[in-house]
Amino acid sequence: MGKLVGQPIKRVEDNRFIKGEGKYTDDFNMPNQTFAVYVRSPHAHAKINSVDTSAAEAMDGVVKVFTGQDIADAGLAGSICGWQVDFKNGDTMKEPPHPIMVADKVRHVGDPVAMVIAEDKYTARDAAELVNVDYDVLGAIVDPKAAVEDGAAQVHDDVPNNTIYDWELGDSAATDAAFENAHHVTSLSYHNQKLVPNAIEPRAALAHYDANEDKYTLYSTSQNPHLARLVIGAFVLAIPEHKLRVISPDVGGGFGSKIFVYNDECGCLWASKQIGRPVKWTADRSEAFITDCHGRDHVTDAQMAFDADGNITGLRTKTYASMGAYLSNFSTCVPTYLHGTLMQGLYTTPAVHVDVTAVVTNTVPVDAYRGAGRPEATYSIERLMDTAAREMGMDPTELRRKNFIPAFDGVEQPGYQTQVALQYDSGDYETNMDKALQVADYESLKATRDKAKSEGRLVGIGFSTFIEACGIAPSAVVGSLGARVGLYDAASIRVHPTGKVTIHSGAHAHGQGHETTFAQVVADAFGIGMDDVNVIHGDTENVPFGMGTYGSRSLAVCGSAIMKSVDKVKEKGARIAAHKLECSPDDLEFANGAWTVKGTDKSVGFGDVALTAYVPHDYPADEEPGLDFASFYDPANFVYPFGTHICVVEVDKDTGEVDVTKYVAVDDCGNVINPMIVDGQVHGGVAQGIGQALYEGAVYDDDGQLLNGSMLDYTMPRADNFPMFETDKTETPCPHNPLGVKGIGEAGTIASTPAVVNAVMDALSDYGVKDLQMPLTPERVWSAMNSNGNA
Amino acid sequence: MISYNFDYKVASSMEEAFSMLAEAGDDASFIAGGHSVVPAMKLRLSEPSTLIDISKVPGMSDISQDGDTVTIGGLVTHAEVASSDVVNNACPGLAECAGVIGDPQVRNKGTMGGNVAHADPGSDYPGALVAFGATICLASASGSREVSAEDYFTGLFETAKEDDEMVTAVKVPASSASAYAKFPNPASRYAVVGVGVSLNMNGGSCESASVGVTGAADHAYRASGSESALAGSDLGDDALDAAASAAADGQDMMSDLAASADYRAHLCGVMLKRAVAAAKARA
Repeated sequence: MGKLVGQPIKRVEDNRFIKGEGKYTDDFNMPNQTFAVYVRSPHAHAKINSVDTSAAEAMDGVVKVFTGQDIADAGLAGSICGWQVDFKNGDTMKEPPHPIMVADKVRHVGDPVAMVIAEDKYTARDAAELVNVDYDVLGAIVDPKAAVEDGAAQVHDDVPNNTIYDWELGDSAATDAAFENAHHVTSLSYHNQKLVPNAIEPRAALAHYDANEDKYTLYSTSQNPHLARLVIGAFVLAIPEHKLRVISPDVGGGFGSKIFVYNDECGCLWASKQIGRPVKWTADRSEAFITDCHGRDHVTDAQMAFDADGNITGLRTKTYASMGAYLSNFSTCVPTYLHGTLMQGLYTTPAVHVDVTAVVTNTVPVDAYRGAGRPEATYSIERLMDTAAREMGMDPTELRRKNFIPAFDGVEQPGYQTQVALQYDSGDYETNMDKALQVADYESLKATRDKAKSEGRLVGIGFSTFIEACGIAPSAVVGSLGARVGLYDAASIRVHPTGKVTIHSGAHAHGQGHETTFAQVVADAFGIGMDDVNVIHGDTENVPFGMGTYGSRSLAVCGSAIMKSVDKVKEKGARIAAHKLECSPDDLEFANGAWTVKGTDKSVGFGDVALTAYVPHDYPADEEPGLDFASFYDPANFVYPFGTHICVVEVDKDTGEVDVTKYVAVDDCGNVINPMIVDGQVHGGVAQGIGQALYEGAVYDDDGQLLNGSMLDYTMPRADNFPMFETDKTETPCPHNPLGVKGIGEAGTIASTPAVVNAVMDALSDYGVKDLQMPLTPERVWSAMNSNGNA
Repeated sequence: MISYNFDYKVASSMEEAFSMLAEAGDDASFIAGGHSVVPAMKLRLSEPSTLIDISKVPGMSDISQDGDTVTIGGLVTHAEVASSDVVNNACPGLAECAGVIGDPQVRNKGTMGGNVAHADPGSDYPGALVAFGATICLASASGSREVSAEDYFTGLFETAKEDDEMVTAVKVPASSASAYAKFPNPASRYAVVGVGVSLNMNGGSCESASVGVTGAADHAYRASGSESALAGSDLGDDALDAAASAAADGQDMMSDLAASADYRAHLCGVMLKRAVAAAKARA
């Protein structure tokens, strides 16, 4: 622990946020700007016969109306899929086009058909209602499993049986053999339901084409401005990259949904050039429900095999994963390389097989959403574990203890090679669970539960001991798996003449607290104060080419790039210091903000060296002036945080309501830079995971209409739904990155959902309720309790 | 979330409000706290040509008590009702009801008059007002009249109020043994089912009871079967079970994402029992 690293430093960015003075995309304006509104399909699946824009164009204040045909005439390709996953037989996956606006057929409610641009947003909104689209409504397909059946509505003509790919991982024969010889098999079938991300700030764009400079600027709500620039420039609009600047200012939450390069924002850039004026577009909440990429939507059958002693002998799953109507940028890797590869869990399971069929449906596209594949994997494994323990009459902690992978630090002991491609970096799972049991006082919890049950109250305890792969990702590895991008990151450190420091971060912050944690790391490294360090991010013309923020990667990957730059500064600084102290750099050690000749009191401070670097009057020969280094860091491996979450619930017998009464989260994310921010990430993640377990879920009817597309009907979890979360940690450093950090952004979401459902199933254990589908609404719970003669 | 275009006028007196309404025509709407009107406008489900802001109209912002009757002005906010000593002493069930409407922001802006005028089927007040025998005070340019809450709520967003009338106040008889129990919609926090109960107790026995139910059917109703089951009883388990099972009698239960008709009917009974227990404890 340093002076700052490891301390709960308050977030410097919160000063502007809590005063309402953050600057978001919609807060920016340009002279002569126009306002765009998209005309979106009210149907899930329909052929477009005609689009009549005449009434809209005749309205006062309307500048221009573009349609899907204009996009087709311009020969624009639309957004792309960034990850190729091939069929089992080697055929390339199906990759249907995803145009900026559609001309022929709409494929989900919200599919854009036209774009109205007006002098003000009110006129644009009114005029959008005057665009008259004549549709032939077609039958829709919503259910991922039914989508592959013959006769199901075909979302894309060239995607037979709506199947994008089928895919498998693991040893099928060995797994089947394990099941044939099993003493006990536990089976679950579930729908890991479709979730709406609901970031508090809707997506927005302010796009400008400057004809004089032949240059585009896009202010946008992106988690990764460089990725946006790459995709838009190289693929969607064919803009040379040096002629496109993407700025991601403050962004109000992403949760994955703002990773993706959406057609809507691209359309604004394209339109700006056509009309010669800036174009602003800001989604409203209703639009966000039907256009922001959703998460999850896996229909899964999962089975776990055990021997007579409770050792896991096999795990197999079959999943139908919906991609929605089109392939969003990373949709294809979520159910495969972010899901199948996690099926080892924390256990020594000797045979694992994962089978995934990815399908298109007439629903909003699905892509990575906080956790992305790993929550689905964890849900399968951890629900099976608690269920199996109940079926076999074992304590769920004992079943886990029996099957945990033994501790390994990745240095003295090698990493753990799983049955599903990954090699875990370091882990100590039993110690972590023991810590959680101690924090939660498990023995006393069990006594409380049993006493409550004897009094007729329904109290349950649920577990989730999870692992995730984050710090995404080694470029060569993901490239071999089909990724069409590298997943390094970049950062530069500019030491100013007065010894102040600016970090230019390739990772963008939208809630993660980079402006604080990155500054903590660098301030400690140079022995200077937090106030001496500033963090710049989110502008492709001001920061090096970074791949952005998702997959709990910022600190593990971009933080490592920062540390590489720190080392370069220190190396050059040592040479300058050596010159000033008339010694060799090897004679120096750096501590407390100064280079000191070992064994003496002769030293020169960081600020003196910085000044010397920029005022190089008395300076080493052959040394360049300045102290400014950029670095790229490509990780050697994923990082593998893990943890134990324990949830206690009480179910209201009369109404079926589930009350989460206690929640303990003991996470291991390696070394901790700022425990307050880590706690905050866990709190938010746990809340989101409880949201999936109890409250959230997109509900579609058979026609593909989203029935709960507003906050009146879609239940977001709120603070009064939760107890005070109790957090603690173990620290198993990552052996392969300079800070020894693992990432914490998604852990809470990944862990909590099965813990909550497991707790409810434990509470209902006397009711003969074997399983319930999420969300565990009061009516579902009450109906299940009253459907077995147990009213 | 941009509404259609509309005019906005501020009335400084009731007379001015009515003349503005007459002038603006059929598509005009009064607005006070805006928590019924504005959400519908933002979703473009409602398209008033003119909003006439009555929040500055004097004489409708007070809570007063005269004998056994509490009068709550149409502009009194839910937060004011919830925290009013007068209401908490005279009719604790109504204060309890006001305190569970929406969330703090809604309660700080939403008004009694607006809520009653809008008559959302999931609104909390109607269940309490029906149960507590409240009277709705209406005024128009041509005069004023009073309608019992039971007769006032007539259907889905439908009331006995004429288009040219304003809800100026609500009169509520004192009822110390009163309570309101609610099962909220987890998303909107409207009532999936809300039950108001007022008991007339004589020692341990219930001489009469009044039960109002909101959220369950398309408008708030009195559960007369439940009232009969409670009246003359000692509020023991048998009476409570009978009252609970009668709470949805004769009513078409709504069915939506939050609750099926059967589950709603069940919740009517559960909430009734909870409200009775709370009301009894206050007797």
